[in-house]
Amino acid sequence: MSRIIRNLLVCALALSANLPIAAYAATEGGHTESIEIDLENSVLQRGAKYFVNYCQSCHSATYMRYSRLAEDLEIDPKLVEQNLIFGDQDIDDTMTTAMPAQDATSWFGNAPPDLTLVTRSHGVDWLYSYLKNFYLDPARPQGVNNLTDPDVAMPHVLGALQGWQKPVYEKDANGERVISHLELVGPGVLTPAEYDRLVRELVTFLAYVGEPALMSRAQIGTWVLLYLSVLLVLSYLLKKEYWKDVH
Amino acid sequence: MAKSRFMQWIDARLPVTANWEKHLSKYYAPANFNFWCYFGSFALLVLVIQFVSGIFLTMHYKPDAAQAFASVEHIMRDVNWGWLIRYMHSTGASAFFVVVYLHMFRGLMYGSFKQPRELIWLIGMFIYLTLMAEAFFGYLLPWGQMSFWGAQVIVNLFSTVPIVGEDLALWIRGDFNVSDATLNRFFALHVALMPMVLIGLVVAHIAALHQVGSNNPEGVELKKNKANTDIQPPGSVPFHPYYTVKDTFGAVAFLILFCAVMFFAPEMGGYFLEHDNFIPADSLATPEHIAPLWYFTPYYSILRAVSDPFIGVSAMGAAVVILCFLPWIDRNPVKSVRYRSPLHKLSLTLFVAAFLALGYLGMQPVSTLYTEISARLANVYFLFFAVLWIHSRPRGAVFSIGWFIALLGAVTLFDYIYRYSPDNLSLMATSWLIPVAYLAVMLLLPLVTSLGRDKPVPAQINVRGVGT
Repeated sequence: MSRIIRNLLVCALALSANLPIAAYAATEGGHTESIEIDLENSVLQRGAKYFVNYCQSCHSATYMRYSRLAEDLEIDPKLVEQNLIFGDQDIDDTMTTAMPAQDATSWFGNAPPDLTLVTRSHGVDWLYSYLKNFYLDPARPQGVNNLTDPDVAMPHVLGALQGWQKPVYEKDANGERVISHLELVGPGVLTPAEYDRLVRELVTFLAYVGEPALMSRAQIGTWVLLYLSVLLVLSYLLKKEYWKDVH
Repeated sequence: MAKSRFMQWIDARLPVTANWEKHLSKYYAPANFNFWCYFGSFALLVLVIQFVSGIFLTMHYKPDAAQAFASVEHIMRDVNWGWLIRYMHSTGASAFFVVVYLHMFRGLMYGSFKQPRELIWLIGMFIYLTLMAEAFFGYLLPWGQMSFWGAQVIVNLFSTVPIVGEDLALWIRGDFNVSDATLNRFFALHVALMPMVLIGLVVAHIAALHQVGSNNPEGVELKKNKANTDIQPPGSVPFHPYYTVKDTFGAVAFLILFCAVMFFAPEMGGYFLEHDNFIPADSLATPEHIAPLWYFTPYYSILRAVSDPFIGVSAMGAAVVILCFLPWIDRNPVKSVRYRSPLHKLSLTLFVAAFLALGYLGMQPVSTLYTEISARLANVYFLFFAVLWIHSRPRGAVFSIGWFIALLGAVTLFDYIYRYSPDNLSLMATSWLIPVAYLAVMLLLPLVTSLGRDKPVPAQINVRGVGT
């Protein structure tokens, strides 16, 4: 019950704070940082650009249509065709990947997962942390490991942008050697602040892809609640009028 | 009021006016209904929400293992207002259980299950069981990981039944594994059979209620005029318009909460829509932590509290079924908790607390400590019914002490046969004090204090009814 009440409070806060979407912690623990996302069109448009350029060559977003994206993000469909669709796909198609699943399996051990619902199954916090927590690990086939998702098969595709990180170790309470944090050892094309922004924008875009209704859900809900509040007052007055001689 | 010629024509052929009067305008309900008495009408409202949203979902959903998951995403994206219809249905499922649990709690508090309302309670229990089946069948349909593995776990419960278990599970699944065949039959049961049963039971529930009249927070019966039951009893109001306007107000307040969840937190932090269910069903990848939805978790805890599978399943089943027998367990003539003893109030509070705590533990990963706590909470859950029966009237010392020893012996014997292992002996011995304390307070305290004494019940409801 207290969880429910807390969630209702979160709703109320989200309402009063001009509707940024409150993000909840991912189910997996350890090395996740929480972020607030704001579904702003310019952010989403840049996120879409990063997604098609860096992710879509391996990952699909099978349930997301380019035409829907054009409409929601207010991008001219022609621009979408020119800049976001590679290959011979049509604007009404969904965002599939060009990489054959069979090849992917032989290259990486398992096929890169579809990303349409990744923010819904793992949460935005997890995804944000995952994309920032790759580190060099010669023991792994791709030369990198991940703090948030240990022993993941994915190479650090954004490594050239972020640069390369090395783990810094510490002793935990039981005297075991554990990673305390990551340290940048080989700078990338972007500064840490720029990379952070890129990841945020990419995660924001994927939050939208996970649930396109996010764009309008809260706004519609606000009107519905306003309408119901008026109705509540009227129905209360009606009830009071009918019940005035019952004591 | 003179009837129009139109209504005369209708009434000669169909008893519209007669039924309107019998069930609404001349159905006299106690005037003292409070907050807890809203939940019956809320349940009806949620039933309508589920029917309407469910019908629209059926228009776009594909009950096919290869297409089900994608068709739900199709509803969420490509169908106009599809996301709203889907969230309405998923929020409605949880809302149904919230409302039904509070409705049952009301019945428990005010003794609404007692004579002459035993059948209302029993039919209500059948509604609850049907609702559980309906929710279980429906949860497979999105064909996500939790749908698949949840169904797998629950169907496997049936395979713990001795001798016929495996065949029974096979018969339910229609395959050796949860598969397309299972999905198809669960769809049929979810959209056709269960809703029909549900409607039939709801009609019977209300018919039985209107046969004997509504209970109220005082637990005092309305004084009916024996000669002419058409005359309004003192302390009552006609259901229409008094409770129709009051329930309208309640419905709007309920819808505000419902819409707050539906529009602002449809996943409810993973409690109404589980995160893992956004991953398509995969029979080769078992999720790390399989938890049923929140409304099943109290029973799930009881299941997990016992290591022997069949005993666990039996305990879980008994936890639900025992509620059916409430009218014949609690024989105390005082209906409302307002006039029951302080100890009864305490035992009811502990029962609800145990139920909630079991619900919480059912969502957590298994650990030795949690399993032990679950077992003790299950003790409290079941002992509540024994205590309820014992508190039916004042009891003597021999009777109370006798039952104290018998019940404690039963708990200890159960611990020894089904839960004992050398590893958990100290934990079990410590937690054994919980049933000891519970039984000592409930059974022995009345012998030395007046805490077990019920209060005198007033002769009639202290509200002046207003009539036609």
